[in-house]
Amino acid sequence: MRHVAKLMVASAFTALMATTAMAQTPKDTVVMAKQIDDIITLDPAEAFEFSGVEVGANVYDKLIGVDLAKNNDLVGELAEKWTVSEDNLTYTFKLRPGVKFHSGNALTAADVVYSFQRAVTLNKSPGFILTQFGLTKENVLEKVKATDDNTVVVTVSKPFAPTFFLNCLTSGVASVVDSKLVKANEKDGDFGNAWLKLNSAGSGAYKVRAYRPNEQYALDANETWYKGAPKNKRVIVRHVAEPASQRLLLEKGDIDMARNLSKDQLAAVKEKSDIQIVQGDKGYILYLGLNQKNANLNKPEVREALKWLVDYQSIERNIVEGTYKHHESFLPKGFLGAIDEKPYKFDPAKAKELLAKAGLPNGFTVTMDVRSVAPITDIAQAIQSSWGQAGIKLELIPGDGKQTLTKYRARTHDIYIGQWGPDYLDPHTNAETFAINENNGEDAKSKTLAWRNAWDIPDMTKVAQAAVLETDASKRKATYESLQREHQKVSPFVIMFQQVEVTAERKNVKGWVIGPSSDTNFYWPIAKN
Amino acid sequence: MASSRDTWAGKSGRWGKIAGRELSTVAITMFGLLLVTFLIARVMPIDPVLAVVGDRAPADVYDKARLDLGLDKPLWQQFGIYIGKVFTGDLGRSVLTSNTVVDDIKTVFPATLELATLGTLIGIMLGVPLGIVAAVHQGRWPDQIARVIGLIGYSIPVFWLGLMGLLLFYAKLGWVSGPGRISVAYQDFVTPITGVIMLDAAMQGEWDAFWDAFSHLILPASVLGLLSVAYISRMTRSFMINELQQQYVIAARVKGVSEWQVIWGHALRNAVVPLVTVIALSYMHLLEGSVLTETIFAWPGLGRYITNSLLNADMNAVLGGTLVVGAVFIGVNLFSDIIGRLADPRAR
Repeated sequence: MRHVAKLMVASAFTALMATTAMAQTPKDTVVMAKQIDDIITLDPAEAFEFSGVEVGANVYDKLIGVDLAKNNDLVGELAEKWTVSEDNLTYTFKLRPGVKFHSGNALTAADVVYSFQRAVTLNKSPGFILTQFGLTKENVLEKVKATDDNTVVVTVSKPFAPTFFLNCLTSGVASVVDSKLVKANEKDGDFGNAWLKLNSAGSGAYKVRAYRPNEQYALDANETWYKGAPKNKRVIVRHVAEPASQRLLLEKGDIDMARNLSKDQLAAVKEKSDIQIVQGDKGYILYLGLNQKNANLNKPEVREALKWLVDYQSIERNIVEGTYKHHESFLPKGFLGAIDEKPYKFDPAKAKELLAKAGLPNGFTVTMDVRSVAPITDIAQAIQSSWGQAGIKLELIPGDGKQTLTKYRARTHDIYIGQWGPDYLDPHTNAETFAINENNGEDAKSKTLAWRNAWDIPDMTKVAQAAVLETDASKRKATYESLQREHQKVSPFVIMFQQVEVTAERKNVKGWVIGPSSDTNFYWPIAKN
Repeated sequence: MASSRDTWAGKSGRWGKIAGRELSTVAITMFGLLLVTFLIARVMPIDPVLAVVGDRAPADVYDKARLDLGLDKPLWQQFGIYIGKVFTGDLGRSVLTSNTVVDDIKTVFPATLELATLGTLIGIMLGVPLGIVAAVHQGRWPDQIARVIGLIGYSIPVFWLGLMGLLLFYAKLGWVSGPGRISVAYQDFVTPITGVIMLDAAMQGEWDAFWDAFSHLILPASVLGLLSVAYISRMTRSFMINELQQQYVIAARVKGVSEWQVIWGHALRNAVVPLVTVIALSYMHLLEGSVLTETIFAWPGLGRYITNSLLNADMNAVLGGTLVVGAVFIGVNLFSDIIGRLADPRAR
């Protein structure tokens, strides 16, 4: 008996020593730790969460892309070139010849038409990005046509600004799927949606080798990609929910990149000689939404006072350093028409003056719905204490994400602290939600953030809607600039921060660039020495 | 207390009755469990449609998803439809993973199973001897040490212990592997059969992968095991103290039976019956999945699956997971009852 026990202990020990010696990632494989439990689908016509969209960006190609190095200029990808008709209604795309899908099938105009058809017909979460151009499941085959094997003609419903339409084509929902392969996996007219949720049918830099929800996905390089083979052979992304665990894995070299380190961990790994930090501006805006159904919040002086009552500098320094930066307008940096003006700073005296003017010299009591996650909770608490200085008693109501969101959507909140990420790389995406409210009634079809805060703005709505029809790009830019200045003054949105995405990686990792959206986080340039 | 009329046929009749009673208890418990979970899920102030279509979906997409989920029907009808499906083995599809809930559970449950089993084994192997030593040396220093270990196991939060364990044994000493179930290098070595990686690796003769999986498993299992050690050792101690005060122990000692034989042969044998229940309880507790341990060790187990689904209002997954936890509870209870009956000479 004792013999066996001894033997077991000894063998277990040697085995442990042996395996730790192998704690290195394979040479051609990039291993990341990331929170990927937001993925609910890999189908590009459906994916609208960060991680799902990021997978799509690396697996599928689109007609048009953006050049990250050149201020996000539009560049042809699957479309070698394109023309726009005089009346801005018809777009003709000439496809790049010789592109093949992972399956070996040739990519033709028919695949593009099928991809548009399925995205519009399925009309999942990101479907509106295409349907806002007048495409419906009834008319999509008339509006999107293949005139020959490598020419696609798209007709839009209004003379939209060409930049608007083309910017929208750079988002994941406009990805081109392998129509032969997808059709083979269709079930009950679902356009292969059930199958594509877990599999891939693209032509992009990688193909999905294996995807296990909440656990990991593995991508294999497409050696015959039309832009050339990726700089690595395989990418494995593991779901590691706990940032502290991500940090340990990175320091030990069991992973090459950690994608979700928080402020404290970033500060710690910065000191390590074998780890480097990569940053990129993301489109995410962190803001407070003030419900105009609340009589106090409805007063213009109160709205302005609250903007003077946030200690932007100290929150940035003490809570979100390295992951968010101070930003006060609804267009994130990097977007057409974005402005960097910050009219507000922490000034309790001025806020008190405004509150007195509003007839509330002793402040008032109000609630805020707060998601119980970092850094939202900490920011809310900082705001609670600074508002206290002007006599405003802020009660924080903690809840999980879906719970606070349900309340927000029903307009039963007082104040909501939330984040908003652009849906596509065009200013209209944020202008629409922050500055358009077509119908402030409960029966509204379009429930934008302005609607959720019951902000009735017929005039501003007109200005923002006209901007998408402005064909002159410089005039369009000027419209958004003045719109934001006005918005900063009067809106019930206290816009506070813009997100910065940070990756900590081993020093031997080269080439990783964080794009302005999940659609532009590309794995193909990542190389390991 | 078997009467003299107790024949073999009578015995099997009694067992049959017991089985029948147990079965009807199982059925009622399961039904109640489902009903309560279902109701809680529906009265939660969370919109389940959001889980399907996300925050940005236009109104018509939202309405369609609502219809697809059957949320327009009255509550009792929704429950009826669900129960009907459960009977055919269909737990529905998870919104978050796009897989059927049955498939999901097939992948997450084995992960929890291997963690809980090793954790409980550690708990038994350390907890029982510790409890016995404490009982035998009641009030003296071995008892105090056992008490401190028990207190540590009870009171230190598992996430702290987990992170410190990682820091020490993984980051500093390098004795064990880090978070995750298996290293990237062994990723696709093992074809899942049972889903328990170590078992599958052993069956396929992939010993490198087996040891790699073991070195990933041992730390989280030890962290969970410490909790079991605390519980099992305290309970063992009190059972043993109770037994050691019985008259048969005095009789045995008077007869000149060795102390070793008295403790391990006589007293422990009688303490085993309640101990089995205690061990079963602690095993059940671990089988529900430990959310914090699973989060820190990136362990794709049942606890995190249910929690994640709950936070995202993914009701099929929550109900399916609850069903599994319920079934496990009832199953382990039943099993410990049977073991108890077999170990107890009076029930034989």
